[in-house]
Amino acid sequence: MAVEKTVTITDETGVHARPATVLVNKAGSYSSDMTLEYNGKSINLKSIMGVMSLGIPQGAEIKVIAEGSDEQEAVDGVVEVIKSEGLGE
Amino acid sequence: MSILTGIAASNGIAIAKAYKLAVPDLSFTKKAIEDAKSEVERLTNALEVSKSELEKIKEHARTSLGDEHAEIFSAHLLVLSDPELINPIKDKIETDKVNAEFALDETAQMFIQMFENMDNEYMRERAADIKDVTKRVMAHLLNVSFPNPALINEEVVVIAEDLTPSDTAQLNKQFVKGFATNIGGRTSHSAIMARSLEIPAVVGTKEVTSTVKEGDLLIIDGIDGQVIINPSDDEVTKYTQKQEEFEKQKQEWAKLKDEPTTSSDGTHVELVANIGTPEDVEGVLNNGGEGVGLYRTEFLYMGKNSLPTEDEQFDAYKSVLEQMGEKPVVVRTLDIGGDKELPYLELPDEMNPFLGYRAIRLCLERDDIFRTQLRALLRASTYGNLKIMFPMIATLDEFRQAKKILLEEKDKLIAEGVEVSDSIEIGIMVEIPSTAVIARQFAKEVDFFSIGTNDLIQYTLAADRMNERVSYLYQPYHPAILNLVNNVIEAAHAEGKWAGMCGEMAGDSIAIPILLGLGLDEFSMSATSILPARTQIKGLSKEEMQSFKDQLLSMNTADEVEAFVREKTNQ
Repeated sequence: MAVEKTVTITDETGVHARPATVLVNKAGSYSSDMTLEYNGKSINLKSIMGVMSLGIPQGAEIKVIAEGSDEQEAVDGVVEVIKSEGLGE
Repeated sequence: MSILTGIAASNGIAIAKAYKLAVPDLSFTKKAIEDAKSEVERLTNALEVSKSELEKIKEHARTSLGDEHAEIFSAHLLVLSDPELINPIKDKIETDKVNAEFALDETAQMFIQMFENMDNEYMRERAADIKDVTKRVMAHLLNVSFPNPALINEEVVVIAEDLTPSDTAQLNKQFVKGFATNIGGRTSHSAIMARSLEIPAVVGTKEVTSTVKEGDLLIIDGIDGQVIINPSDDEVTKYTQKQEEFEKQKQEWAKLKDEPTTSSDGTHVELVANIGTPEDVEGVLNNGGEGVGLYRTEFLYMGKNSLPTEDEQFDAYKSVLEQMGEKPVVVRTLDIGGDKELPYLELPDEMNPFLGYRAIRLCLERDDIFRTQLRALLRASTYGNLKIMFPMIATLDEFRQAKKILLEEKDKLIAEGVEVSDSIEIGIMVEIPSTAVIARQFAKEVDFFSIGTNDLIQYTLAADRMNERVSYLYQPYHPAILNLVNNVIEAAHAEGKWAGMCGEMAGDSIAIPILLGLGLDEFSMSATSILPARTQIKGLSKEEMQSFKDQLLSMNTADEVEAFVREKTNQ
């Protein structure tokens, strides 16, 4: 059973380089497989190039999904970072 | 021993081994392999070595430039750990039985193309990041050395085609004693950087990278613009003496640090400095600057992913104003666009960037950006002696609009209960010939002029200063320039205003006597040029220089002007 959560990006520049590195670093700290869905596309959240290739703009709704032994912590942790970085809510 | 001649870009002499800052040959051939396991291991090793180098570079960037600049290397490190990049390379080695070099190149190219084809400029630039990191890994696979200027740990002089801002950001002043480049002139980025780092440099040698071999002993003579390759012992002794004399002269100059700048017949002029960041203020004060004549605020906006906030800007402006105390600080509002790009603004490419959408033109349209900067400046105004200057003003209307926005923001702040200084002078940079020609009309409305000669010269002679082939037209002593400068100074004085100059010309030993004679009030230059200029002005009589004015303004060519000044001032 995978865990998922949807957040809305509020940062006016969207998900750019610095926040993307923070997200990927955070995702990399969990053992679960993590994916990010936006606009019908799904990418590996542990891949910096994947995250940046989505070009997520302000107002985007993104879905954070984790599957594995620490899936709940993983989703909560990444969503927490999105909020604390002022990226979205 | 052989000698190359270039342009003397930064004073002093350096003698050290050459360090070539160039990407090595990374060509390889596709090979079939037997042992996939050891090939993957070779890849893993190359990745690990690259990562540990990047970690060190990141740390270096963090301590010398701050967190913001170190971020780019965090992104580079993540690229090297990216499973979407690394796993396909490993798969390719294992399934196709090809060598790591081929697998790396093929996979990286796929990503580079994907990013290059995106319709967002910011994303297209990420392709450059991937190229950058894969080159490093490739170099380790091929066992060739990859230049890491941040990791230099012995005394060297750096040799390069040109130095980019990110190259210079990595240079460690403790070990990099000087540099020489193939291209560039006195006003190119690398030259300005060398003067602010106070290391000798020779630029525009055309062939230093092809003539010099890694490890050759070099003498960089930044005084006369020469690079001596593998000098004899006699030459080394000769230049060591020249270096000592230069150091002695510097000490002589230092004695004038706290003295006012006065001509031999008692006229005081202000010698002030051009700066880019609050950290530059220390150099201004150490070199006896009487103020800041040009604070280029672009650096607050560059090397970032988004616009600087009002508070970020306020902190920087406040820091400069506080450090300078009562001394004047002329802040130039954002001069971006044209050749100075901000990727996050996503401005379209232009055919003629120097004649395009830049500086005040951009600020008047994007007044959200402009208002944020003005609010930050106004809030900082109570911490020192602030003067605000608008760049690239071509019409009176532009000045009026800019001033109106400034006064609107001032009123808003006062209504919000924020304290704002009442004595902020508002002036313009004169760099467009139309403005220099009708300076008399402008003088009635502005508080001061600062002549930006780097651009004024290129616009007046219609010669792109970045284009080597027309560089002969970059003529500061051209009689047309002297007449425009004179026009601006006379217009200012007729209205009781002051006129300064903030281009490289203001610190030039041929131009200084001319400008003194024309009555220039303020000379703004690289901090390291201030003490030599003060020494020179102390030995000049303003009255005598003034007596040459009519003669100089009616001369035919720049060469005539130069020869005349050299003769009259024994240079």
